[in-house]
Amino acid sequence: MDILYLLSLLCLSLGCLCNLIAGIGIIRFPDFYSRMHAAGISDVTGAGLILIGLMLQSDWSTTLSKLILILLFTLLTSPTISYTLANTAVKAKYKAKAKDNSKWQKDMEAK
Amino acid sequence: MSLAFIHISILCFLLVTVLAIVRMRDLLAVVMLLSIYSLLSACFFVVMDAVDVAFTEAAVGIGISTLLLLSTLALTKRFERPHRTEPVLALFLVLTTGALLVYGTLQMPPFGSASAPAHQHVAAYYIEQSFLDTGIANMVTSVLASYRGYDTLGELMVIFTAGIGVLALLELKTDTKVSRKTEIPAPMAAHHILRIVSKMLIPFILMFALYVQFHGDFGPGGGFQAGVIFSSAIVLYTMVFGLDAALKVISFAWLRFFAALGGLVFGATGVLALVSGKNFLDYHALAEDPIRAQHLGVLLVEVGVGITVAAVIILVFMSFTRQMAENGKA
Amino acid sequence: MNILESFNYWIVMALMMCGLYIMIAQGNLIKKIVGLTIFQTSVFIFYISMAKVTGATAPIIKEGLELYSNPLPHVLILTAIVVGISTTALALALVIRIRQAYGTIEEDEIRAKDRLE
Repeated sequence: MDILYLLSLLCLSLGCLCNLIAGIGIIRFPDFYSRMHAAGISDVTGAGLILIGLMLQSDWSTTLSKLILILLFTLLTSPTISYTLANTAVKAKYKAKAKDNSKWQKDMEAK
Repeated sequence: MSLAFIHISILCFLLVTVLAIVRMRDLLAVVMLLSIYSLLSACFFVVMDAVDVAFTEAAVGIGISTLLLLSTLALTKRFERPHRTEPVLALFLVLTTGALLVYGTLQMPPFGSASAPAHQHVAAYYIEQSFLDTGIANMVTSVLASYRGYDTLGELMVIFTAGIGVLALLELKTDTKVSRKTEIPAPMAAHHILRIVSKMLIPFILMFALYVQFHGDFGPGGGFQAGVIFSSAIVLYTMVFGLDAALKVISFAWLRFFAALGGLVFGATGVLALVSGKNFLDYHALAEDPIRAQHLGVLLVEVGVGITVAAVIILVFMSFTRQMAENGKA
Repeated sequence: MNILESFNYWIVMALMMCGLYIMIAQGNLIKKIVGLTIFQTSVFIFYISMAKVTGATAPIIKEGLELYSNPLPHVLILTAIVVGISTTALALALVIRIRQAYGTIEEDEIRAKDRLE
C-alpha cells in the first residue's frame, strides 16, 4: 500500500485516540481547570492530527489549500478560546478543587 | 453499512443531549447543550448530503442562536426554579402524540430509496434541468434564488420583520433618564490575547463572508450564510472592543438603512421585470442571453439577502447589548 | 419492517416529543424557547432524512456524477432555519421586556402577578 495512505491512517487513528482520551478526561477530572486542560488536547492535538491525516489523503488541489487554512485557523483560535475561558474563571475567582488550596489562594488574594 | 453506523450514532447522541436538556435546571448548561445539539445536527446534515443546510445550521444554530440566548441569560436569571408537581398530563399528551406519529411513520418509504414519492415530479425536473435553465452548478442555489425566488423574498421579509420587532420592543424607550451616550464597557476587554487574535482574524472573517456570498453558485454558500458570517465578525468586534467603538464603525442609522436596502434590492429586481412587461421576478427581463440573465438575477437577489441578514443580526445583537449596558447602570 | 429503514424517523419523533414536553411542561420562558428550537431542528432532521438517496451525493453538479440527493427539501429547510432564528430573536426580545415589566420569567409567577392586578 501507499506510504501516504499508511501515514494518513496513522494520523487519523492517533487523532481519534486523542479525542477519546480528551473526552474521558473531561468527564473524569474533578474540577474546571483540569477539565480545561483535557479539552485543550482535543482542540489542538485531536483536530490537528485529523486534519493532517486528511491532508495526506488529498492531492495537490484546492482541497489541500482549504485544509491548510482550516488547520491554521484552528491552531490560532483554539488556544485563544482555552485562554479566554480560563482567564474568565480566574477573574471570577472560581476556586480549584485541589487538595491543598492555600498557596493558590494566597496568590489570588495578592493579585 | 458504515455510513449507517455514523448517522445512527449521531442520532443517538442527539437524543441523549435532548434528554439532558429536559432534566437540567442550570440554564447556562442548557444553552451550551443546545449549541452541541445544533453542532450534531449540522454533522448529521453533512452525512445526509445536505451541505448548504449544514453550513446554515452551523452558522445560525451554533453561532447566532447561542449568542442571543446567552445575552438574554445575562439579563435574566441563570437558574430555573424547580416545579412543585410532576406534570402527568403533559407526559401523557406527549407520549400519546409520539405514539401516533410513530404509527404514521410506519407507512413511509424506506430510508434512502430512490423511488420514494418525494423524489419524483418537481425534484426530478430540478435535478435534470436546473443546469440547462440557469447555468448554476449548485442546485440548491438555483432553486432558492431562481425557481422559488418568491419564497426567498418572503423569508427575507420574515427576518426583516423580526428585526423591526426587536427594535420596537427594545429601542423605543420613553424615559430618557439614562443618556444614550454613556461609556459602555466592552464585556471582553480584559482578555488581551483575545484582543490581539481578534484584530488579526476579523479582516479574514469578513473576506470569508464575501467569498461565501459569491461562491454560492459553485459550492455550498449563498446570501444567508454570508450574512451570518459577516455579522459574526462585527459581533466579535463589539464584544472585544465595546459597543461605542462598534457604533463608530457602523451606527444604528446605517444598520437600519442596510436592513431595508437588502429587501429593496430584491424587490427592485422583481419590479424591474414587471416594468419590462414580464412576470414578477422573471430574470429574463434583465439581459438578452437567458443564462446571463439568470446569473445576474441570482447575483442581485443573493446580495440583497446577504445585506439584510447581516444588518438585522447585528441590529438585534446590539439592541441586546445596549439592554445589558443599561441594566448594569440601573 | 427493518429497524434500519425507519430508525431515523423514530428518533426524530422522540426528539420532537422531548421538545414539545419542554415547551408545555416547564415554566421558565427561556427553557420554553429552547424547547421550541429543539422541536424545529428535529423537523429539519426529518425533512433532510427524507431527501437522502442511498449512493447519491450532494446536489452540486460535478463532472462524472450521476445520482444526486433531492435538493427541494434542502431549500425548504434553508428557509425554515432562517425563520426559526427570526422567531427565536423576537421571542428573546419579548422575554427581556417581560423580565423588565414583571421582574421574573417563570410562567406561574407572571400569571400570579397578572391575577393580582
